[in-house]
Amino acid sequence: MNYHILREIADSWVLLLLFAFFIGCVIWAFRPGSRETHRDTSNIPFRNEDRPAPDKREELPAQETRS
Amino acid sequence: MWIYLKPALLGLITLFAALAANFARDLSYQVHAIIILAVAGALFVWSVRRIDEPAPVPDQTAYMDDVIRAGVIATAFWGAVGFLAGTWIAFQLAFPQLNFEFLQGIGNFGRLRPLHTSAVIFAFGGNALICTSFYIVQRTSAARLWGGNLAWFVFWGYQLFIVLAATGYLLGGTQSKEYAEPEWYVDLWLTLVWVAYLAVFLGTLIKRKEPHIYVANWFLLSFIVTVAMLHVVNNLSIPVSIWGSKSVQVFAGVQDAMTQWWYGHNAVGFFLTAGFLGMMYYFVPKQAERPVYSYKLSIIHFWALIFLYIWAGPHHLHYTALPDWASTLGMVFSVILWMPSWGGMINGLMTLSGAWDKLRTDPVIRMMVVSIGFYGMSTFEGPMMSIRAVNSLSHYTDWTIGHVHSGALGWNGMITFGCLYFLVPRLWNRERLYSLSLVNWHFWLATIGIVLYAASMWVTGIMEGLMWREVDAQGFLVNSFADTVAAKFPMYVVRALGGVLFLAGALIMCYNLWMTVKAQPAKAAVMAPAE
Repeated sequence: MNYHILREIADSWVLLLLFAFFIGCVIWAFRPGSRETHRDTSNIPFRNEDRPAPDKREELPAQETRS
Repeated sequence: MWIYLKPALLGLITLFAALAANFARDLSYQVHAIIILAVAGALFVWSVRRIDEPAPVPDQTAYMDDVIRAGVIATAFWGAVGFLAGTWIAFQLAFPQLNFEFLQGIGNFGRLRPLHTSAVIFAFGGNALICTSFYIVQRTSAARLWGGNLAWFVFWGYQLFIVLAATGYLLGGTQSKEYAEPEWYVDLWLTLVWVAYLAVFLGTLIKRKEPHIYVANWFLLSFIVTVAMLHVVNNLSIPVSIWGSKSVQVFAGVQDAMTQWWYGHNAVGFFLTAGFLGMMYYFVPKQAERPVYSYKLSIIHFWALIFLYIWAGPHHLHYTALPDWASTLGMVFSVILWMPSWGGMINGLMTLSGAWDKLRTDPVIRMMVVSIGFYGMSTFEGPMMSIRAVNSLSHYTDWTIGHVHSGALGWNGMITFGCLYFLVPRLWNRERLYSLSLVNWHFWLATIGIVLYAASMWVTGIMEGLMWREVDAQGFLVNSFADTVAAKFPMYVVRALGGVLFLAGALIMCYNLWMTVKAQPAKAAVMAPAE
């Protein structure tokens, strides 16, 4: 295991792997049904401006008392 | 347990610092030991006095904003300090008499220059990144910061790092690596603070209430992780003595140079680009009141930037001992990098599509848009300068300095100003900013300042590049180095004046933000958290 072996691996398989990962990311971004997810995600900054979202556990009893 | 361990630990640090101050082999180390002695000693007394006090219980249903408020103040303060230092050394270059004789060895250009670069990049930019990332990660995760007071440790620990770095530069404690000048013990301290920062950020992301991680957090996380990696690898060094600041680099020769510029360029790529893009992806949509133009483009922007930036470093070492293949690799990746950079720029600018009228009425969004414009300009200029043929003209000239400043003042500075104008009324619960016309003044002073700066550096850079390579019919160089220095004088004065304008704008901002908190009425109905 020396520098040249590492270099061989790096500019063949690892290069291919990284490139495939990148192309995979792009394809994944354009997958069917991503539009809805992305619309929801891109609206995250406009929610929960003032305080954290309540825990589910805390939310349930509050709803019970209201009903 | 921790409540007893903490004073014990602080006591040990105080004791060690006292020993270090006594045994110190050089002035910079001694001053640092005294600073640490004072800080650790004061914290020791403070923590002993609080040992039986009931610990305050943080309100888990509110965001942790006090540390962000402190970060906003620190950002504005260090910004003013850094711009002042920069303007001062710009005048020192134009008028060498300003390197006063009685300040030799402390206040001359060589000592002040790293103080300026670190003050603006790490103190101003770093504090801006830390406080905005804490703001963004809480809002987009709908969760309070993880780790309780760990966020305060990050904030104060980072301020201590800044003070140690700055005093070290003035007193000559430096390992001479550009943008990584602090010596070994300051590097170790920053590593500790940075790991805590990563823990706070990741912990908050892990306990998020939103199913998805908003894209700004991707950029911010990549910035934190990559800077940790860069910092550790580039600062691998062995101290000569535990009682002295001097250390010896583990890498040597061309490997050391390559490691340094792998670090240096990725500090630009991940500290000044990825981190600030995280700010852009949150604050531009917020200020424009519409979601980012294309979320898909933001994902591709992120991955392309991450995959390409890390390879671009060798373009700093064209025509050196670096192998040709490495320099070609750096050049090619730098040129490809143009594409994701402009993808991000288009994404930021087009977020305003349908709301362009806001540019007329809202000086804050105007600031953000100009910053994205400067981002686009400097990410075009950079790849062009990385081409070997262009670099043979531009390298070692003031063109490089002009390029850096159009990116740093234009992109990083303006987007940070925009974020501060956005944050202060919200964090201090004020209805609006004190004065929009002062924001306008700031905007124009800063913009004209940058234009003066960049334009004069283009002229002087290209001029000196051409002068250096000019040969007569016999093949002798026509100009000496001193000839170029003399020819640059007018441009140096213009550059310094540009700095004065930029600094004036920043001071107006500080006044405006101060008056926003001081003079504006608090928002009704909501309890303002006391400061």
